[in-house]
Amino acid sequence: MNTPAPIFSVRRRRPGLVDRIGFSVLFLAGGCVALVLGGALAYPGFLSPGYILQQLQIASFLGVIATGAMLVILLGEIDLSVPWTITGTAIVVTNLAGSHNSMIADLALPLGLATGAAIGLVNGLGVALFRVPAMVWTLAVNAMLLGAAVFYTGGFKPQGAVPWLATYAALGHTLGIPNAFLLWLIIGAITLWFLHRTIYGTYLYAMGNSQRALFLAGARVRTITVCTFVLAGTLSSLGAILLTGYTNQAYQGMGDPYLMPVIAAVVIGGTSILGGSGSYLGTFVGAVFITLMSSILALMQMSDAARQIIFGAIILAMLLAYRSAEKASQT
Amino acid sequence: MSLFRRNRSLAITITALVVLFAIFIGIHPRGFSTYVLTIWFNQGTLLGLAAIAQFFVVLVRGVDLSVGPIVALTNVAASYLLIGSPGGIALGIVAVLALGAICGLVNGIAVVYGRIQPIVTTLATGGMMSGIALMLRPTPGGSIDENLSDALTYDIYGVPTSALLLVVALLVLNIPLRRSLLGLTMYAIGSSEQAAAMTGVRVDRVKLAAYGASGIFSALAGLYVSMVTLTGDPAIGPAYTLNSIAAVVLGGIALSGGVGSPVGAVAGALILKTISSLMFFSGLPPLAQPFFEGLVLAVAIALGALGVFRIRNRLELFR
Repeated sequence: MNTPAPIFSVRRRRPGLVDRIGFSVLFLAGGCVALVLGGALAYPGFLSPGYILQQLQIASFLGVIATGAMLVILLGEIDLSVPWTITGTAIVVTNLAGSHNSMIADLALPLGLATGAAIGLVNGLGVALFRVPAMVWTLAVNAMLLGAAVFYTGGFKPQGAVPWLATYAALGHTLGIPNAFLLWLIIGAITLWFLHRTIYGTYLYAMGNSQRALFLAGARVRTITVCTFVLAGTLSSLGAILLTGYTNQAYQGMGDPYLMPVIAAVVIGGTSILGGSGSYLGTFVGAVFITLMSSILALMQMSDAARQIIFGAIILAMLLAYRSAEKASQT
Repeated sequence: MSLFRRNRSLAITITALVVLFAIFIGIHPRGFSTYVLTIWFNQGTLLGLAAIAQFFVVLVRGVDLSVGPIVALTNVAASYLLIGSPGGIALGIVAVLALGAICGLVNGIAVVYGRIQPIVTTLATGGMMSGIALMLRPTPGGSIDENLSDALTYDIYGVPTSALLLVVALLVLNIPLRRSLLGLTMYAIGSSEQAAAMTGVRVDRVKLAAYGASGIFSALAGLYVSMVTLTGDPAIGPAYTLNSIAAVVLGGIALSGGVGSPVGAVAGALILKTISSLMFFSGLPPLAQPFFEGLVLAVAIALGALGVFRIRNRLELFR
């Protein structure tokens, strides 16, 4: 009763839908709906549940890899070694699975994931210990992985077999829903829990805002950096295993087309490339949006060149739209 | 001594370059000759120009992932324009440089006025530019005036023309960068954009100028690629992006902006080229060379970063 009257009466707006979910996520979700409807107008059959489920299945590969990329970007770093982490994992997995020794063949998937973790460890140690900018260090690691893969395979298509579990995870369906998508949902749920319910997630966001402040607060900044890179490497490998199952092979350069879409999915999902802010929902919708867009461009039989141009233009336009929306909400 | 201190990282870079070059000449079957020197400088100039392009953007706290695509695009454009009458060729060169400047300015406008982070901007514009290059020339081809190419890729009285070009470019760059208001404000913006803005620097214009200059040097690199290869190839981009960033880092230019010089960028580029030439003559199996190139690059970067272990106050390690 006797609280002093406020000097300024601040009329607090109740947080609306846009504030809670974020402009970028709503914008992207609208974009996804528009893409599907537009596609349905031009190509009957686009709106069928089967087609949409197939799109979600393809989006899962991108989404799993983008999950790792998002963690690193939240940290304020970037992982450019994604392409050859994917290819390297695929080579390791198919080679081991093709082994005549059944025990080695059984270990193909765990060792494939371990490959990604090891690459992530190298990435993380370089960034955390040597303080090399992540952009440069992961680029160098990518170059080494490329070299190692070329040396190991002799530049030929890697031989071997695809583990049945990879095929099952990538191509199988459970209750009509693609397993890959279910796997992505599980990983997404774990990531959400990690980001918002554990101290690790709090540290991750804090670190993206100010490493110094977090260090002064007593957090083990370097351990967090290394752990995040290891997680990201493992997730890239998981994505690679799904891709191997989907394409039923490993081939040179299979990861190369993924670098740009992965970063694009994270960034158009509203995660700041400087780190410290972003929502997983955004990355999720971002991955779906990019998959839908590339599949529509493929349906329209656009040349590779035209697809690249449109792709770049849309990413740029979306980021500009976010900026102007941000500005409008500030004034 | 104070001069050495001020330029310590540059001195280390150049020492490393001299040592590597001596080893390279030592194991090269033809030894020190104009021929070897010319090839070495031609290769180095390609990357050196791209590294200068990267330098300008890094100087103002950016990073340019579209250096490679602009090199590819201008190379493709040159393969259409640099043929025919001398007047036409001259016009073609101007057009190619203008194309590079426009590409750089597009990046600059998106970064300065669109307020999008440089790395994301140039990732997107770079995709668009390599798309355009691919559209103009789906497969390598076209032709370049051979007289012009010969004039720029051989030697003058035993001195490689490319070496002269590089030295002239560096000298011409040094004056505006160190003496003019524009150059100094670029360094100022790299050190602290807010402080620079408070002093009354027109931050937006200076940044635009830096991106434009970057585009022009990417175009120069693209032109020189055409001179060396005599064709237009849309697929050469990625290597230039990656190597230009690596060259800039090896050249002692801080990715956090405001530190370094074009000389460092070129020295870094020459180091990278020497390393890959060394691999070629080292007797390693060809298939192992890409791995060792990557390894040497990683080790070089890690060595350059060893300074962090001397830092006593761990707080300084973090941003």
